[in-house]
Amino acid sequence: MSNAPVDKGRRRFLTVATSVVGGAGAVAVAVPFIRSWNPSAKAKNAGAPVEVNIRKAEPGQLVRVKWRGKPVWVVRRTPDMLEGLSKVEDRLRDPNSEEPQQPEYAQNQHRSIKEEFFVAVGICTHLGCSPSYLEKGMGDHVDGVESGFFCPCHGSKFDIAGRVFESVPAPLNLVVPPHYFIDENTILVGEDKGQA
Amino acid sequence: MFKRFVEWMDARIPMTKTWNIHLAQYPAPKNFNMWYVFGFLATIVLINQILTGIWLTMNYVPSAEGAFASVEYIMRDVEYGWLLRYMHSTGASAFFVVVYLHMFRGMMYGSYQKPRELIWLFGMFIFLVLMAEAFMGYLLPWGQMSYWGAQVIISLFGAIPVIGDDLTLWIRGDYVISGATLNRFFALHVIALPLVLVILVFLHIVALHEVGSNNPDGVDTKKPKGSVPDEEKPKFKFHERFTNKKDIVDSIPFYPYYILKDMFGFGIFLFFFCYVIFFNPEMGGFFLEPPNFEPANPLKTPEYIAPVWYFTPFYAILRAVPDKLFGVILMFAAIAFLALLPWLDRGRVRSIRYRSLLHKLNLTVFAISFVVLGYLGTQPATPVATVFAQIFTFLYFAFFGLLWFYSKREKTKPVPERVTSK
Repeated sequence: MSNAPVDKGRRRFLTVATSVVGGAGAVAVAVPFIRSWNPSAKAKNAGAPVEVNIRKAEPGQLVRVKWRGKPVWVVRRTPDMLEGLSKVEDRLRDPNSEEPQQPEYAQNQHRSIKEEFFVAVGICTHLGCSPSYLEKGMGDHVDGVESGFFCPCHGSKFDIAGRVFESVPAPLNLVVPPHYFIDENTILVGEDKGQA
Repeated sequence: MFKRFVEWMDARIPMTKTWNIHLAQYPAPKNFNMWYVFGFLATIVLINQILTGIWLTMNYVPSAEGAFASVEYIMRDVEYGWLLRYMHSTGASAFFVVVYLHMFRGMMYGSYQKPRELIWLFGMFIFLVLMAEAFMGYLLPWGQMSYWGAQVIISLFGAIPVIGDDLTLWIRGDYVISGATLNRFFALHVIALPLVLVILVFLHIVALHEVGSNNPDGVDTKKPKGSVPDEEKPKFKFHERFTNKKDIVDSIPFYPYYILKDMFGFGIFLFFFCYVIFFNPEMGGFFLEPPNFEPANPLKTPEYIAPVWYFTPFYAILRAVPDKLFGVILMFAAIAFLALLPWLDRGRVRSIRYRSLLHKLNLTVFAISFVVLGYLGTQPATPVATVFAQIFTFLYFAFFGLLWFYSKREKTKPVPERVTSK
């Protein structure tokens, strides 16, 4: 065996080049493992819009449907409830709905298309519990407020338009999903009008 | 015959040598008290979890449609299925009981101090993996508490700015917790995390056996080579790996002496363990929570939700903060500060026996805070409870701040040269 002189520069170059190529390979191999945790095509398709029939909803009643696996509420509000909206505004974090928690057409005081029908995703913006709808008895949690939503997990409070009260853990108003009225009695949740 | 078998093995694998180094000729300080039984108990519980866990997977169905029913099937139709499940569910709580006591032992006797920092760090990683393991295991029965507990904990990651929402979507694999989440938690719970756990336990013990155990006096039982006269050395034979470099004093071999002591502790442990399994498996709603006897319903949160008892101290810290992100940060900081103990404690005296009154008070207040926070975490977050949670969260963190401050110039008692037990 001959003892040829070692070309250190060449050896170093080869070591670095091999490491870089090997490292890039390892990163590339990690991609499928990480990406496989994303929602599957099936889970994405399950996000299809759902129709809600509101013909039979009584004033004050909450209709609950499942959209993308989440509870979506449709509340038929009474005139009393709507009147109460402006009374609580000084105690809300975001009374004018400036945060993008709703489509543009619901960025108003009642946070809905028609005053009467409030559509919202029934998931608390704190840590994802589903708040309870208190048609009456919200007064136990907020002085002088008849109805609203109260989250049993960490005590977050929302008014009857899903606007969050101050000094509760939830940072944002409830989400209003894209929706529109197909006709007088039917709401389509999950799509804006004219889309698709 | 047996001797020839051992010789045959020893020529091919270091069987006798490993036995001697780690058990029969492993020197352990002779003054251990009952606080030193919890490491052994944790190992036993780990074996219990692995064994009963493997048996449970034989009948459990990891799917949103089948999970809840399969647990009922195990409870009612599988022979002794109820026992295997209760051993597993009680084992989970027992694991945290012994691990919390084991950690407190380390804090009392300064077992995290130099040169045992790495043992402590491996221990903290074990604790973290254990929490992940318990959390993911709790989703598997697919009851109401499983579902909404997981919903809340996964939502914690949503508090991270910018990437939060995408991260939670990635963890769940769906827009809500669904069968996809259940299946990946099952995979992590039954194979990925147990593997990591076993490797970490191995490293924990390897690191421990390299430097040797601390003891209730916190004094070294490995003296410089040649400093101890022969008549003061123990009459036991220790492996030359230990005696070559150091003079060993006040020690006894782990096997048979401490094995025997640990077996006694194990017997007492079994009294409690069997009481829970056979007479009180739900432990008043602390080990198995009432809402979990209802199948998961994604449309309705139970009236009142709380995590299992072993998470409640950290949960109370989370709730004490009226800001989502800061609450999450503080909760993780509560664990991170524990991991930093070897560097926060700047003292050179290990054992609480020889440390200042201030330190004793500080550690007592810390222990009380931990227990009170644990209690508050099981209670509804009323305004009064929240104020208490804030006070005790402050005291919890004050422990670390004070320790760092006074430990540099602490007034300690003189530490004896040798351990104090006869």
